[in-house]
Amino acid sequence: MNLNGTLLQQVIVFFILGWFTMKFVWPPIMKALDERRSQIADGLAAADKAKADSSLAEKRIADELRKARESAAEFRSVAERQVAQLIEDARNESARIVKAAREAAETEAGLASQRAKEALREQVATLAVAGAERILRKEINAQAHAELLSQLKSEL
Amino acid sequence: MSAEHAPNASEYIVHHLTHLNSLGHKQSSLVDWSVFHLDTMFWSISLGMLAIFVLSRAALKATSGVPTRFQAAVEILVEMVEDQSKSIVHGDRSFIAPLALTVFVWIFAMNAMDLLPLDALPRLWAIIYGSAGHDPEHAYLRIVPTADLNATLGMAVGVLLLCIYYSIKIKGLGGWIHELFTAPFGNHPVLYPFNFAMQMIEFVAKTLSHGMRLYGNMYAGELIFMLIALMGAALAASFSGVLLWVGGIFAGTIWAIFHILIITLQAFIFMMLTLVYIGQAHETH
Repeated sequence: MNLNGTLLQQVIVFFILGWFTMKFVWPPIMKALDERRSQIADGLAAADKAKADSSLAEKRIADELRKARESAAEFRSVAERQVAQLIEDARNESARIVKAAREAAETEAGLASQRAKEALREQVATLAVAGAERILRKEINAQAHAELLSQLKSEL
Repeated sequence: MSAEHAPNASEYIVHHLTHLNSLGHKQSSLVDWSVFHLDTMFWSISLGMLAIFVLSRAALKATSGVPTRFQAAVEILVEMVEDQSKSIVHGDRSFIAPLALTVFVWIFAMNAMDLLPLDALPRLWAIIYGSAGHDPEHAYLRIVPTADLNATLGMAVGVLLLCIYYSIKIKGLGGWIHELFTAPFGNHPVLYPFNFAMQMIEFVAKTLSHGMRLYGNMYAGELIFMLIALMGAALAASFSGVLLWVGGIFAGTIWAIFHILIITLQAFIFMMLTLVYIGQAHETH
């Protein structure tokens, strides 16, 4: 353990090394660290903003979905009402047509039976006249009693 | 250490503890400012260069983007020093914090020389010295600069100078002299001599303990490595010699592992005390 000039030399080296670090080592590293810190801070802020944006967008999507669902429900109920209306109309129309057809058929049938009655009456009158002719062959003159016969015919 | 007359244990240790100085033989007087320890100067300057080279490589390639592992490691170190200096020194740290970083890395590198094989570099030096035509018996080399009181005390004196510089810078020359005479006991003419004496004792004690602590730890660590090496050297055809050799392996392993902690811790302590002492210079009593 001897003290000598090495000590002074060491003092000088001590300051030179410290000066070198202060000048060339410390500033770039601190600059990089600070820059990285601000970058990380920016990134975190951007992430927060994106999160807020996405939650906003989600809310809007939910709104849109709800609106779409509501309008769809509305459409459906309108359509259902229209369908019911159409069915009702068709039912009425068909009932009307059936009624009209029935009426036409009834009229037709009435006319036919009238005609048949007329024909039947004609024949009965003829038969009656023929029968009476046979009974009263002599006393009855067809021309003389035509008025009587037609009267009789209309009474049948 | 030629084969003809192997050194005994005492000669071995004395040889290892002798510095390569500008005299060529052991310095006789306790203090001689004209003598230089060439080995301490060489290793401390080389390791200082290495330290700032490694740090400046990281600084040159420093990017604010994704760091490489090397850059991240240096950044961890820088952040550690920055945090410590911020919490200890209240004031302008533009020189102190980089200085603390350098001190830590430099002292760590110098301490780490203790972990190299004890005889490797001195033996290599003996070969070079011998081939240069000198007596290899006198090829002295100590490779741990921090086991030289000159190196550690030199750094401690550097810190002392910084303390004085910052005291004057912060308090003004008058303020600092005023403090020298009025603190710690109080502002009264009767107390001036006692205050001044206490202040001087404080400065001397701070500086001495600062330098001596690192020196003592590294010197003792180096000495223990030598003793362990002697255990290994005891290998002979005797039973106890073999036992000592095996014990040397265990002891060397354990001490080297423990020394990893010590060299880091002592570097850290030196750095922290540097910050604390300079921090004290920033505070007015």
